[in-house]
Amino acid sequence: MSNTLTPVLSGRADSPRLAWVLKRPELGVGGLAVVAMVVIGSINPAFWDAANLFSLLRANVITGILALGVMIVMLSGGIDVSFPAFAIAAMYLTIKGMIALGYDGVVLPFAVATMIGLLLGLINGLFVYGLRMIPLIVTLGTGTAVRGLLLGAVGSSQINIDRMPPALIGFGRLEFLRSVGGGNGLSTMVVLYAALAVMVHLMLRHTLIGRSIFALGGSEEAARRAGFNVRTTIFFIYGMAGALAGCTGLLHGSMIWVANPRDMVGIELDVIAAVVLGGTSIFGGRGSVMGTMLGVFTLVLLTNSLIIMHIDTTWQRIVTGSIVILAAAATSWRDRRIAA
Amino acid sequence: MTAPLLELRDVVRHFGGVKALDGVSLSIMPGEIHCLAGENGSGKSTLIKIVSGVNTIDRGHILVDGTLVDTMTPRLAIAHGIQVIYQDFSLFGNLTVAENLALGAEVRAGRRLVNWRRMRAHAQAAVDRLGVALDLDATVDSLPTSGRQLVAIARALMADPLLLIMDEPTTTLTSREVAALFDVVRDIQSRGIAVLFVSHKMREMLAISERITILRSGLVVAGGPIGQFDEAGITRLMTGSEIAEDPYLWDASPATHPVLAVRDLSVRGVLHDINLTIGAGEIVGVSGLLGSGRTELALALFGLLPSYTGTVQIDGRDVALRSVRHAIANRIAYVPEDRLTEGLFLPESIDINLLCASFDRLSRGGVLRPEAMRDAAASAIRDMAIATPTGERPVVELSGGNQQRVVIGRWLLRHPRILILNGPTVGVDVGSKAGIHRTVRRLAREHGMAVIMISDDLPELIGNCNRVLVMHRGRLVDEVADTRNGPYETRRAERALSDRLRELA
Repeated sequence: MSNTLTPVLSGRADSPRLAWVLKRPELGVGGLAVVAMVVIGSINPAFWDAANLFSLLRANVITGILALGVMIVMLSGGIDVSFPAFAIAAMYLTIKGMIALGYDGVVLPFAVATMIGLLLGLINGLFVYGLRMIPLIVTLGTGTAVRGLLLGAVGSSQINIDRMPPALIGFGRLEFLRSVGGGNGLSTMVVLYAALAVMVHLMLRHTLIGRSIFALGGSEEAARRAGFNVRTTIFFIYGMAGALAGCTGLLHGSMIWVANPRDMVGIELDVIAAVVLGGTSIFGGRGSVMGTMLGVFTLVLLTNSLIIMHIDTTWQRIVTGSIVILAAAATSWRDRRIAA
Repeated sequence: MTAPLLELRDVVRHFGGVKALDGVSLSIMPGEIHCLAGENGSGKSTLIKIVSGVNTIDRGHILVDGTLVDTMTPRLAIAHGIQVIYQDFSLFGNLTVAENLALGAEVRAGRRLVNWRRMRAHAQAAVDRLGVALDLDATVDSLPTSGRQLVAIARALMADPLLLIMDEPTTTLTSREVAALFDVVRDIQSRGIAVLFVSHKMREMLAISERITILRSGLVVAGGPIGQFDEAGITRLMTGSEIAEDPYLWDASPATHPVLAVRDLSVRGVLHDINLTIGAGEIVGVSGLLGSGRTELALALFGLLPSYTGTVQIDGRDVALRSVRHAIANRIAYVPEDRLTEGLFLPESIDINLLCASFDRLSRGGVLRPEAMRDAAASAIRDMAIATPTGERPVVELSGGNQQRVVIGRWLLRHPRILILNGPTVGVDVGSKAGIHRTVRRLAREHGMAVIMISDDLPELIGNCNRVLVMHRGRLVDEVADTRNGPYETRRAERALSDRLRELA
């Protein structure tokens, strides 16, 4: 059929090239990572040693998996600051339980830690959906309460390597490519992280629940009218973030061989910084797994390299804080640009 | 004779103690373009929600194709081929056009996995059916309003509707985009789909609708073929206000300077060579089609279009209106059209809403003076005749008319020299409306203000202004009624203005 008026309506960004770049925030953070690597490598060529690169990748794992969870929440337009508390609670409870029962193993403990995280996450979902509360307040509250409960009711003493379940430590030490790294291999946990990332990507991109997260981040009302079950989506989001946190907590303990109930304090800012750096909009609806992984990589690269370059560690906090602000400024500029 | 596609018989619906619809009957024939006209609060939105099954009815009957429908639900409405395009379009700005079009069908089909190729094919088919070129990969946020509307229309057509309801479809479109929209709508009609426009923008509706039903305060006050109505008549029916017999008379006082003198005001692309002089106590109306530049004129005077060229004088002094702060400092006040989103803090008290633009005058050394605030708020409530026992009530509890008084009262506290009112009585009931008009007239006279009144409501303009200017494509093209040439007969002036606007459309 023909119509007298057929205007071609396409994106209105200033130029096709700019529009293309705006749609791909991964390019920005990827470019930043490359520049940082070149600069750091020229200051200290030891940066390019396989052993250093391996340890850098290993340092991505914990922040990275947590970032996947936070990204999912942020895509829906929410925020989560309770995940460090959930991660630590899941780890400490699981390891305490293992010691008490004299159980040693890997699969079952991880399943338990994940379940603990999932249940705690569903509590977040209950408040956010059931009581229509602001996610920041909900997760501040649940995170603080869980931490307090852990220290008060479960225990505040650190479990050191001598009492840690050996199988867990053995799992955390798994590595490969030992010949390349001159004795220090690449942690197998990096593979686990990559597998989880692929899973989250497939979920977001190719399942309807994944698209409902984006839809919710775009417009809750429109999501309802399109027929999405917003309740299911919100519980899924917070449950998933909690489950990832629980699993990560135990992984963290087995990688550092210590279960410290006071661990991971303040890590939420690093993780949120990495997610925002990776191009996820603080207003929801925009972001990708690839971008988030690059954001995590860049943040870990910058903060770890400060150590290599013998810069005082307090500067790490300044770098992280600055990154949150600059990256959030960049993404909100981008969002305005797209909607211009 | 064919049965109506949709028929409402004596439908009644209450919300709490308020009768939103009070025995409304309406029929829509297959394939017709029907206009449901009414002001805000007349029951239009309730009627849409009843037809689309979102709200239930208390009494009356709904018939589809001559068959009684017991309880209309959203699912049933869709099954009967009724699709609604809401004013906000209900789109996902962060997703692509393709996904916006196809996602709903995927959800309703109960799928768990997304097949992007299938979604794209669906979306392409929907766009082809509408006969417009839309970039499927563009995110919806990057489209202009007219483009988003096309996406919403294309999505609605995917459900093979028999009736497409469009809520205020022309509100945010330019006149050219309205013309393009009407082409699309006629094309939709040619396929046998009925279209119900719900609007209070009469001029555009007259151009396309075949039949009209006019709602006021939950009642159908008139209906029939569009040829039986003219714009002024429809407005009168919608508002229920009889036009004032006496226009606002203004004596040119021998003041040395006019309050406002605008010379060659231009803003690239929106305003061209505006020359305008307004004396103390004058109320000057500004009318024009959508996109004529009338709102932009107000924005420029309020410092919101700082890139203007030309000069503005207030009381004989040159002023630069490069920001809202400059405008306020020069005692210009602007009451915007959409008071709910642009003007009021709804949960806050009447007092706070009245005083919030005047805190600088009510404080000493940065500390607010409570008794000065109390006096100011009380005097504003008295001056604007706001019906409330106390200024501590939240504004959200007030009627539309009283809310509007609060917005106007806020600016009056700053003792403006120039008061710009954009749609001063949109969504205000008839009684309240007359009160607001009286207040504006009194204030203009007593305080020697220059008032600019922008409105779609022709009787409002004719009845309250001592002259009415017509804008078209960013220029002042005409001056319709001018009491300086002696009092005019209001009805004739109204007709002249209506005819002039129709010529321009």
